[in-house]
Amino acid sequence: MITIFGVPGPLLFGQLLLGLINGAFYAMLSLGLAVIFGMLNIINFAHGALFMMGAFVAWILLDSLGIGYFPALILAPLIVGAFGVVLERTIISRLYKLDHLYGLLLTFGLSLVIEGLFRNAYGSSGLPYRIPDVLQGATNLGFMYMPNYRGWVVLAAVVVCFSTWAIIEKTSLGATLRAATENAPLVQAFGVNVPRLITLTYGAGVALAAFAGVLAAPIYSVNPNMGSNFINTVFAVVVIGGMGSILGSILTGFGLGVIEGLTKVFYPQASATVVFFVMIIILLARPRGLFGKAA
Amino acid sequence: MFGFSRSQYIAFLVMVALIIVSPFVLYPVFLMRVLCAALFACAFNLMLGFVGLLSFGHAAFFGMGSYVTAWTMKNWHLDAFFAIGLGGLTGAVLGLVLGYLAIRRSGIYFAMITLALAQMVYFFCLEAPFTGGEDGIQQVPRGYLFGFIDLSNDMTMYWVVAAVFLGGFLMIHRIIHSPFGQVLKGIRENEPRATSLGYRTDDYKLIAFVLSCGLTGIAGGTKALVFGIATLTDVHYSTSGEVVLTTLLGGLGTVFGPAMGALIVTSMENYLAQAGAWVTVIQGAIFMLCVLAFRRGVIGEIANWRKLTL
Repeated sequence: MITIFGVPGPLLFGQLLLGLINGAFYAMLSLGLAVIFGMLNIINFAHGALFMMGAFVAWILLDSLGIGYFPALILAPLIVGAFGVVLERTIISRLYKLDHLYGLLLTFGLSLVIEGLFRNAYGSSGLPYRIPDVLQGATNLGFMYMPNYRGWVVLAAVVVCFSTWAIIEKTSLGATLRAATENAPLVQAFGVNVPRLITLTYGAGVALAAFAGVLAAPIYSVNPNMGSNFINTVFAVVVIGGMGSILGSILTGFGLGVIEGLTKVFYPQASATVVFFVMIIILLARPRGLFGKAA
Repeated sequence: MFGFSRSQYIAFLVMVALIIVSPFVLYPVFLMRVLCAALFACAFNLMLGFVGLLSFGHAAFFGMGSYVTAWTMKNWHLDAFFAIGLGGLTGAVLGLVLGYLAIRRSGIYFAMITLALAQMVYFFCLEAPFTGGEDGIQQVPRGYLFGFIDLSNDMTMYWVVAAVFLGGFLMIHRIIHSPFGQVLKGIRENEPRATSLGYRTDDYKLIAFVLSCGLTGIAGGTKALVFGIATLTDVHYSTSGEVVLTTLLGGLGTVFGPAMGALIVTSMENYLAQAGAWVTVIQGAIFMLCVLAFRRGVIGEIANWRKLTL
């Protein structure tokens, strides 16, 4: 058996893959947070709850309507995204003139409501979601066995992250979006409907979280706490990366997942806290974050 | 005395009268819970209400204070005075370390950093041997205060908790109305201007943070002593959220608001205990309502209506 730094190869690669998967979720969630923050100047504390909602919508679609995994991968983000649009129009849009902190507090309250409602309806023990048949089993990569579903998650996350990046950086819609982030009144003066752009941005960010939720459903059991377990770490990821750059959010997310995976191999006790240690180091060395703009 | 205005003086007398009368009418253990929550919220309000920095990690200081008091009472059989004092000291020292890191950023970044750092403290408490993991530290003896006051009696304990709360309350009031407190408010209103006037704003923020965390640690320690238990709930981020709700509901940046908020939130939890997960839903809904329509909070609305300073 191959050993690397005294660690058996399969163990190392297995943990690296787990790290990449966690990293994929960090990347998708912190990307959504960054996009929403750029347009709305709000830290969407409800992001974890909406991620959880995505997983639950997929589960409900399968359980009560018999709609399978792949349609759910499209339907759940659309449903949750529509919910996000309604939220933005009815509630969140009232806060734009106030201090940013109120947005954080409102969305925190929102996450309590959403999580509480799901806990009432489905309990907190967790519901199983079956891996679709096509993605069952594992593939021998030569140096390790990779469960197909996990490979699929990493692939899907990479594709979605880079499509988001491409839309924002390379299309004309993205250019309008970036311009509105810089200077909303000026873009409005050019005849762009900025409030609608803001609503759609929130909807898209939320849909991204829901998409991640559907991907997560077969890996973690579908339960009301799955979002809040993630979101605290995601905030640390956001602080490390800084919210200035889309690509930065993606790289930071994946990178920290890998670091977490490696820590699990070499020093398992610290695996839950390593992201926070990295955050401390970054705060000391470069307070605005790896990719953050100067304040 | 203490820089009270006339209306504050009256409000203070009403509050003291309520504290004295209520244990003869209501269950003292419930009232002690209210007073601990009130001190916690007052300490938190020092940061959010007067420096304008939202700490989303105050559970770390509350929980660590609670653990240290519980552990020293149980294993070293300290005097209650020193055990609670050590709880406060723990909060202050932890506040110094975490605050030093967190004040490098402001606004929402400050909130996210404190949340993340507190999450780290939570994971530490989950793993560290002295906290008892999921079980927490249970059956902590209340012991004696100053060697001769037996705290096992609920009424005796109540007067001690009331004294701790009033001490903390007056201290915070004094801090807010000192020249130091004026500088804090100046930083809240316009930080660049405070800097240009020659104030080292980071030092001021850090000192305020340490004071707030120390008092939070005392609140946590007192709570551990009253209930004889310190658990992971005390360091969990939901506790941080709850203190934000308490302060917001009572009235951000008012002197009496946090205490009022603590009374409402604790009563709500007490009477809705059977409702299970609905408590979270109701708390979340109140949170949203406060932010959307009721940003001054209960005391803030009263003060605004009667044109008073409370």
